[in-house]
Amino acid sequence: MTWLYGFIAAFLETVRDVLPIAAVLVGFQVLVLRRRIPHPGRILGGFVFVVIGLSLFLEGLEQALFPLGQLMALQLTDPDFLLRTASGALDAVRWQDYYWVYTFAFCIGFATTIAEPALIAVAMKAEDVSAGAIGAVGLRIAVALGVAVGIALGSWRIVTGLPLEYFIMVGYVIVIIQTIFAPRIITALAYDSGGVTTSTVTVPLVAALGLGLASNVPGRSPLIDGFGLIAFASLFPIMSVLAYAQMVEWRNRRMRREEKPGP
Amino acid sequence: MRDAAHSVVVFGAMRSQVRAFFVTVRGSVRDLAPIFTVIAVFQLFVLQQPIPNVAELLVGAVLVILGLTFFVIGLETGLFPLGESMAHDFARKGSLFWLLLFGFALGFGTTVAEPALIAVAGEAARVAAEAGLIEATDVERERFANGLRLTVALAVGLAIMIGALRIVMGWPLHYLIIGGYAGVIVMTRFAPPEIIGVAYDAGGVTTSTITVPLVAALGVGLASSIKGRNPVVDGFGLIAFASLTPMIFVMGYGLLLE
Repeated sequence: MTWLYGFIAAFLETVRDVLPIAAVLVGFQVLVLRRRIPHPGRILGGFVFVVIGLSLFLEGLEQALFPLGQLMALQLTDPDFLLRTASGALDAVRWQDYYWVYTFAFCIGFATTIAEPALIAVAMKAEDVSAGAIGAVGLRIAVALGVAVGIALGSWRIVTGLPLEYFIMVGYVIVIIQTIFAPRIITALAYDSGGVTTSTVTVPLVAALGLGLASNVPGRSPLIDGFGLIAFASLFPIMSVLAYAQMVEWRNRRMRREEKPGP
Repeated sequence: MRDAAHSVVVFGAMRSQVRAFFVTVRGSVRDLAPIFTVIAVFQLFVLQQPIPNVAELLVGAVLVILGLTFFVIGLETGLFPLGESMAHDFARKGSLFWLLLFGFALGFGTTVAEPALIAVAGEAARVAAEAGLIEATDVERERFANGLRLTVALAVGLAIMIGALRIVMGWPLHYLIIGGYAGVIVMTRFAPPEIIGVAYDAGGVTTSTITVPLVAALGVGLASSIKGRNPVVDGFGLIAFASLTPMIFVMGYGLLLE
């Protein structure tokens, strides 16, 4: 029965988070727009569904995935585990010896992004608005691959201690170059996908990984080096979505060329 | 006769709803399969430990699947239609002032109470105290954390406001985003080094699971009710601003404190 208490607590918490949003929406609807919204009962029902759904989702994560996933992140970065898989003593550990951490970072980045409700929402909307030209599943896989690479690279950065700013700046330059060549239809969506990837599911697990790495790698401080993984996870999906769109365009162009053989 | 026909129709509608529900459940299972697989594989094969509390884990899995299903159904019946209908009404009303104020209120109101932000702000206060940016007392830390939260909320409010203005005016998004990147790079040069990591992460944690669908529906709704705007090209991009401005603002906050 503990899950029921957990659910009620999560439900109250979600209601508290929704209250300011509801206040803004209702306030503007009643005081400024002064128009009746169509199907108010249906919309209210939808809101209740969202709140209940999110509470169940959070409680389930809290009960099943977060404790195990967070413990796992700490164990994988623990020197004991490292000595079991790496060769040699602790002070001779090289960045390559953290290969299980990078693998875990990649897998967990991909898997949590696929489960991220905010991304599901944006992908649904994108498929809907573009009349199917942008596929929801393809978009989500592109974003998830971006997050996976971002978190794996971010873990490597914490292990090696390279400065965060340089990575971010090089990332920006790459995004700008990609923007010049990418099809116009995808750019806004690509920029957006950077922001939506890191929320309910990803942040708690990634934060545990960052904290574990920063406290266990010799020479790193959890207070300074633990940050930055989320920034990586929001930057790399922009690149992967732009790249995905570019690839789709190339493929379409080649298919068109094949349909109409040249002279 | 009439009643019978009616109940057949109602029954038919219910059956199609039940079917839609199960289709959504199947989608949720597919969405959650990777994360369960990754955790199980690492636990059993890499760490080589048994999975603890299998029963609790199964209950949790059922809750997660049901929760995602309800969320997706609620999106389609509640959040999306509401966001779009409000966007249409704002466009019809034709008052830019109220639209911008709405954008600001939505951004500010949803961010200031965001739990992920509260957690990051508390963590950042510890970093700042450790680094000597502020005094290491509870009062100072509290003040720093609250100031940081307000700064981020202000940044997100402004971001949604600028984003809505962009859709109305039809400005190309990439120039604004590249300008924002330039802002981040310039601020990075001048901001105290201790705050940079916090600032970069602040961009990612601001957009919550309920705000994102609403903001997306608002942008798409606006772009589709204003003549000459394309909902795909112009409707998206609000969330991108909301993850860019907090970085600039938090570094500015760090500069002010120094």
